[in-house]
Amino acid sequence: MQNVKVITGTSAAAEAAKLADVDVIAAYPITPQTTSVEKLADFVANGELNAEYIKVESEHSAISACVGASATGARTFTATSSQGLALMHEILFAAAGMRMPIVMMNANRALSAPINIWNDQQDSISQRDTGWIQLYAENNQETLDLIIQAFKIAENENVLLPIMVNLDGFILTHTVEPVEIPEKEKVLNFVGQYEPKHAYLRPEKPMTQGALGDPEWYMETRYDVQQAQDNALKVIEEVHDKFAEKFGRAYGNGLIETYNTEKAETVLITMGSLCGTIKDVIDELKAEGKEYGLLKIISYRPLPTEQIKEALKGTKNIAILDKDISLGLNKGALFTDVAPFLEAKTANYIVGLGGRDIKKAHIKEIIEHVEKEAKDTETKWIGLKE
Amino acid sequence: MVNKGTIIYEPGNSINNKTGSWRVFKPILDNDKCIKCENCYIFCPEGCIQPDENGDFKIDYDYCKGCLICEEECPVKAITGIREEK
Repeated sequence: MQNVKVITGTSAAAEAAKLADVDVIAAYPITPQTTSVEKLADFVANGELNAEYIKVESEHSAISACVGASATGARTFTATSSQGLALMHEILFAAAGMRMPIVMMNANRALSAPINIWNDQQDSISQRDTGWIQLYAENNQETLDLIIQAFKIAENENVLLPIMVNLDGFILTHTVEPVEIPEKEKVLNFVGQYEPKHAYLRPEKPMTQGALGDPEWYMETRYDVQQAQDNALKVIEEVHDKFAEKFGRAYGNGLIETYNTEKAETVLITMGSLCGTIKDVIDELKAEGKEYGLLKIISYRPLPTEQIKEALKGTKNIAILDKDISLGLNKGALFTDVAPFLEAKTANYIVGLGGRDIKKAHIKEIIEHVEKEAKDTETKWIGLKE
Repeated sequence: MVNKGTIIYEPGNSINNKTGSWRVFKPILDNDKCIKCENCYIFCPEGCIQPDENGDFKIDYDYCKGCLICEEECPVKAITGIREEK
């Protein structure tokens, strides 16, 4: 008998952290992540989860506490969103540089000003260069599965990097969906124990962490993180395949997922919950005898450029949908990262900023535009008021 | 090579960091003028001026950061600061 619960995305994230049996949680509540830490605090309070829940006064302290906990060899989890993630910014670099396999759930939400609690992906995209691995979930089931996988990926000794699992604020965090909860035994068996060889607390073998790296050494340490990101490409695929084998749920190859791209001359590229809407539109158009494809990017960092190139061979028109904007360049981050590798005509569509609804009609408008009138490297804002 | 996460397991290994690499000025010690008063040896904040087996003072340029306190303190002007040439 499968255990299926009808729960929100934040609950799915909390369940995943519980299943992975985390040792330390340090988090500060912020909409739309709050319900996740409430749930975790419940688990700890009623004895379902044997973990240390550190109450902190800000997100800066939350991530600092996580780095400290992880430095002793504890399995660590945190969750945040938007302004909270922005406040963590400087410590995110430290977490990656110190090679702390922290797992974070980030509820994607717009940044101020004006203050806005709704969804776009500007917050996590702004942390692109911190050295964190970034994964994007399409639905609540994928959120749970990605967080379970994240612990295994992060703690792999060829990777040892923190991971941010992103889910769209409100669209996933506050929407209830049926989520299959695997057995704890099975999950623990899959994830395994975290036994760090590099950072641990053992009084008989003291160590210095977070030391100064002068110009003699600093560049090598950055290159180490880059190599770990390269290794992560392989590890993410391996972990995904093992997960699919054990739990029977697969998401493309773990890095990207293609949907109907074989016959399609026009392909859309995006991340997160928007992929669900696009799949529906593709199905509708397929019924009319038109072939369109979707390339969903699960792993944004490390970015699997080779796989993306391979998947888009023979494509004529590519629309890249971004829920973020680099102001002053008028391009989204996904476009600036992916477009240089693509030979086809590629246009950029800025959608859904600050929770602006993205309807099926908008997707059809994008498809029509990219097929007919779009120029290469053009940017178009979708759903703007006249 | 650097350990993962720049963790240090052996105390005292910061000696490997050649901190003289960011020097702008370089003190040159003329042993013919030197009267062995040990002022430079006492005042050097890095402790990188040491006497050799003949009692001549030598500056360890691997760690000298070129603060030129030694030049300031030398009573007989045996030390001159020049611009570092790399």
